[in-house]
Amino acid sequence: MSEMKKIKNLKEFSTSADRFEGANLLCPGCAHSIIVREVLNATNDDLVLSASTGCLEVCTAVYPYTSWDASWIHIGFENGSTAVAGAEAMHKALKRKGRLKQPERNPKFISFAGDGASYDIGFQWISGCMERGHNMMHVVLDNEVYANTGGQRSSSTPIGSSTTTAPAGRVSYGEKKNKKDMVSIMASHGIPYAAQVAPNKWKDMVKKIQHGMAVEGPVFINAVSPCTTEWKFDPKDTMLLTDLATDSLVFPLYEIIDGHELNITYRPKNVIPVEEYLAAQGRFKHLFKDEYKHLIKEWQERVDANWEYLNRREEARV
Amino acid sequence: MAFDKMELRDIEVWDGNFAAAQAMRQCQIDVVSAYPITPSTPIVEGYAKFLADNYVEGEFVMVESEHAAMSGCIGAAAAGGRVATATSSQGFALMVETLYQASGMRLPIVLNVVNRALAAPLNVNGDHSDMYLGRDCGWIQLDAYCPQDAYDLNFIAFKVAEDHDVRLPCMVHQDGFMTSHTAQGVHTLDDDTAYSFVGDFKPMNDMLDFEHPVTHGVQTEEDWHFEHKARQHHDLMTKVMPKIQAAFDAFEKLSGRKYNIVEKYDMDDADVAVVCMGTSVETAREVATEMREKGIKAGVVGLRVVRPFPFFEIQEALKDVKAIAALDRSSPNGAPGMLFNEIAGALFNTDTKALLSGYIYGLGGRDLTKRHLTDLYTELQANADAGKVLTPLQQFIGVRGPKLQFL
Ligand SMILES: Cc1ncc(C[n+]2csc(CCOP(=O)(O)OP(=O)(O)O)c2C)c(N)n1
Ligand code: SF4
Repeated sequence: MSEMKKIKNLKEFSTSADRFEGANLLCPGCAHSIIVREVLNATNDDLVLSASTGCLEVCTAVYPYTSWDASWIHIGFENGSTAVAGAEAMHKALKRKGRLKQPERNPKFISFAGDGASYDIGFQWISGCMERGHNMMHVVLDNEVYANTGGQRSSSTPIGSSTTTAPAGRVSYGEKKNKKDMVSIMASHGIPYAAQVAPNKWKDMVKKIQHGMAVEGPVFINAVSPCTTEWKFDPKDTMLLTDLATDSLVFPLYEIIDGHELNITYRPKNVIPVEEYLAAQGRFKHLFKDEYKHLIKEWQERVDANWEYLNRREEARV
Repeated sequence: MAFDKMELRDIEVWDGNFAAAQAMRQCQIDVVSAYPITPSTPIVEGYAKFLADNYVEGEFVMVESEHAAMSGCIGAAAAGGRVATATSSQGFALMVETLYQASGMRLPIVLNVVNRALAAPLNVNGDHSDMYLGRDCGWIQLDAYCPQDAYDLNFIAFKVAEDHDVRLPCMVHQDGFMTSHTAQGVHTLDDDTAYSFVGDFKPMNDMLDFEHPVTHGVQTEEDWHFEHKARQHHDLMTKVMPKIQAAFDAFEKLSGRKYNIVEKYDMDDADVAVVCMGTSVETAREVATEMREKGIKAGVVGLRVVRPFPFFEIQEALKDVKAIAALDRSSPNGAPGMLFNEIAGALFNTDTKALLSGYIYGLGGRDLTKRHLTDLYTELQANADAGKVLTPLQQFIGVRGPKLQFL
């Protein structure tokens, strides 16, 4: 195990490694790039990375350019996790055979994918990787929508959000289903570590990424990734949106160790009403019409219940 | 822990699946990422057992689908090592997306395809529907007619695919059950000789060289996509055949066994010829010999390399014949058969006046009998004598019910 990287402050953290270039085609204010930088900056180890088809992929490796100063592969929409699993298997094989070019190096294997590529089409591939126990980390850039193809719903899209395939209209308030609880599903594979992170809580993020990289076996990370284009907010407000998400407990931060031990890692001092989170985004604008006001109340109840549920799981230690 | 060598007799009785598995063992595959399907399953089971018995050193990743199997192969190959897997039919169909991705990334993966029908209706037996489904995927495709070929062509496949001038994945086809599950005498190579033929894997642009990070599988738009695809196609059409020929020559030196890009049988003075693939080549050869005893100058042209299509070799082999039958073991679904079309394409603009007819046979494992081929050669001779195709251009061999034909 190599030395864990020491990080003193945000300034040092944000400038400490440049394996993901600022030069890319992501929208101004896109949280994807912030999350990727934070994940990569948490370690000095060598990296083998993949990205599944989605905003991150199409915006960062457009021939003849690349934003990645680390080994990187993209295959398709669904199979980035398995690409990394294959590379990890090859690393094991070559290590045993004494054929690694730099045998002293201790690479980390990470796949990045959107929620569409993770919750939906890539679900089976990720489940396979987790079940087989590859020494890898899968990071979801969870913007709760298929952004790259123009804003279709995914199974991560929350109730009441207006998307192009679940649009709000004269007789519809948009998405009707509740967001899939992907972290619990993945933790149920019995993997050593699963966690939910947010780019605004960077210390929490670093801790979790470093923990994930230190354990042997598969790790699942779900990162909230506000999307200026589909959530419809001003690009300067990305971190504000992230604050609203974590502080309203819409996106609670916690970890699950060995598939059962749940720890809440962030308890906001002042919990803000869900309404504030919803009001800050165009995708929920229609919920503020009179006929849909009850949905905002239901939103609050759902978030409260989930928080309660997480607290009980933490206490129960099961 | 080093692996153990395996002592083989000069001739072993192996079926096509085990022959392929033995070749994979002797090539010392680093990673196999696989999913089971009849009739190719025993190939990867063979590798797993070799691993369990320490006859090979590597990683076996038993994934959750064929799409994942090839995805794992792609990641493993990009990481810089020798990679192989096997599949058939529905598994092949599920893989198709990744087959394009593997060839587009120029990764030298070897895929043993044990050819089988495609559902619906569901059928586990051999035909060439999956082989034809794969023909535009940018892979090299070699065709084995018997277990011996399945063994030998695996070595050729690795040698050509991993050549740094080629860097394209390669499929080795064999007929489901007829080759994969039929045991025959297979002349073997000893472990050291076999390995020395393929040699050590030489990585290129590998993801595990951290001094030289690489980006695989980029995005291109109309400004670059055409160049990438055109280059891949050009390389397939110009670089691969000479490399295959060189590998065949080197293999002959090593083993005494000679392979040709197009396998000609009694073609020197043939009036009528059958063009076919897989196990039907051997049956056709036997019938051609019998036809010669009856005074019909019959020959057989077997495709050894399906992709790239041996355009010039086919022109050369068929230049003097009067009547040709292209045998397709797949339902072309709305067009003449693939072989029919490709033979026609190759012969167009040449001086040949040969008459071409197409036959669809053997779907879902239906036998192609000597009687069928005797009738077929007789029809070809009648066409040759009449100077025109007397029968419909496209016919089905041995299908029950009211006669089905068209064109
Ligand atoms: C097999 C396949 N189906 C569909 C697509 C089209 N597609 C590309 S990206 C994408 C959505 C990506 O959404 P997500 O994974 O959430 O990532 P985001 O772009 O939101 O970051 C879709 C539907 C594809 N590339 N491949
Ligand atoms: S559409 Fe959204 S996720 Fe995609 S680049 Fe823009 S902000 Fe990022």
